[in-house]
Amino acid sequence: PPPPARPPGPYDTSEAVTPYAQATGYNNFYEFGTGKDDPARLAASLVTQPWTVTIDGEVRRPVQLDLDTLRGWFAPEDRVYRLRCVEGWSMVMPWQGFELGALLRRVEPTGAARYVRFTALHDPEQLPAQRPSFFGTTALDWPYVEGLRLDEALHPLTLLATGLHGRPLPGQNGAPLRLVVPWKYGFKSIKSVVRITLTRTRPQTTWALAAPHEYGFYANVNPDVPHPRWSQATERRIGEARRRPTLPFNGYAAQVASLYRGLDLRREF
Amino acid sequence: MSQSPPSLRRRPAPPLPWLVPGVVAGGLLPLGGLLLAALRGELGANPVQEALLQTGGLALALLVLSLACTPLRRLTGWSWPARVRRALGLLAFLYAGLHFLIYLLDHGFVAATVREDVLERPFVTAGFVALLLLVPLALTSTRGAVRRLGFGRWQRLHRLAYLAAGLGALHFWWGVKQGGAAPLLVGLLVAALLALRLKGGRARP
Repeated sequence: PPPPARPPGPYDTSEAVTPYAQATGYNNFYEFGTGKDDPARLAASLVTQPWTVTIDGEVRRPVQLDLDTLRGWFAPEDRVYRLRCVEGWSMVMPWQGFELGALLRRVEPTGAARYVRFTALHDPEQLPAQRPSFFGTTALDWPYVEGLRLDEALHPLTLLATGLHGRPLPGQNGAPLRLVVPWKYGFKSIKSVVRITLTRTRPQTTWALAAPHEYGFYANVNPDVPHPRWSQATERRIGEARRRPTLPFNGYAAQVASLYRGLDLRREF
Repeated sequence: MSQSPPSLRRRPAPPLPWLVPGVVAGGLLPLGGLLLAALRGELGANPVQEALLQTGGLALALLVLSLACTPLRRLTGWSWPARVRRALGLLAFLYAGLHFLIYLLDHGFVAATVREDVLERPFVTAGFVALLLLVPLALTSTRGAVRRLGFGRWQRLHRLAYLAAGLGALHFWWGVKQGGAAPLLVGLLVAALLALRLKGGRARP
């Protein structure tokens, strides 16, 4: 049965939601492999219970706690967000979660905190593509690390998701806890987070280290700044035949463009 | 069964008469599979991307196979690899053309977008040039063309197949977000086949 209708919130898009099968069957989660169906095929090996999250660094109240305890701190919210992958495809995702800002305020950032570094699970036993290949290589350096400026992290759009389509977050979508930053390319929205660290300096992030000329720290969705190897002007919404134009900040310019006033978005891509 | 006497026939019947039709049928099989999957909606969440990947991969694989024919003939002394080479090359051209057609469809045949892609993005440029290089090779794939050009000139022209395969491998490499094993493997295969040809000295007809 369809979930009971709820009035759309101020941050929700009213665009057609991507069906569950596509949203959970076509994923990038390189810890499982680079194929789009690898995560759905292999995510059963991910153990999400129990799950410990560490929040440390430039905070007055560092904490290490079980995810169930953390979830008990906040009432879950529904957010229907656009998701735009840097590869040129997009979806509409009905997330459940809570605002990252609420969590950060609770642990009280110190006056020195400027950035937030997120670290994903590093466990080759559970995440097969973290094991070196036959050639002794891995697709990326593990663990996967992402980062935000503190003001981006505190923005009410920025979510820590624990559910999708009204169900617990599936492994392939980053169970049990993932970041969702809807105005940035999908790779910023780190999956299976185990550690959140507030820092004074800008964190070194995985894709920016792997290919610095292609993936910047900001990674704001921007149709005017092409990827060096492909255009970002259009995208394919999963389920649609024709490409559609990509919107600045993935359609969230009214909410977030002011965060970047005075920043050269071509240089700080 | 009556057969015309050998003296009246233009060429003796080759051994393995099913060889070339078999290769052509086998080469068209994946296209049939692709069309069937597309009609049944079984190409996954991103069918256009899937069709692009499949046609591109098949084009490259067939091109590499066509390049492997001569070294295989030389190494083994078998004659059949030389007889399937043209079919493999033409099949590669067919899939490369389909790959480009799907790309054009995907971009709504918008000339400005395609021009910008081809001129400004090395990833697209490499694939486009590879396809262009295959055009004269496909056009001169007949026995008549070999006769008209003369074997030496025809052979020099058809060395472009190595350049096309190299550019195709580069296109594949640049198309993935992070270098995967498959593009690397194709690149190494093309390099190895080229090395074998160069080492083999002057090719024989």
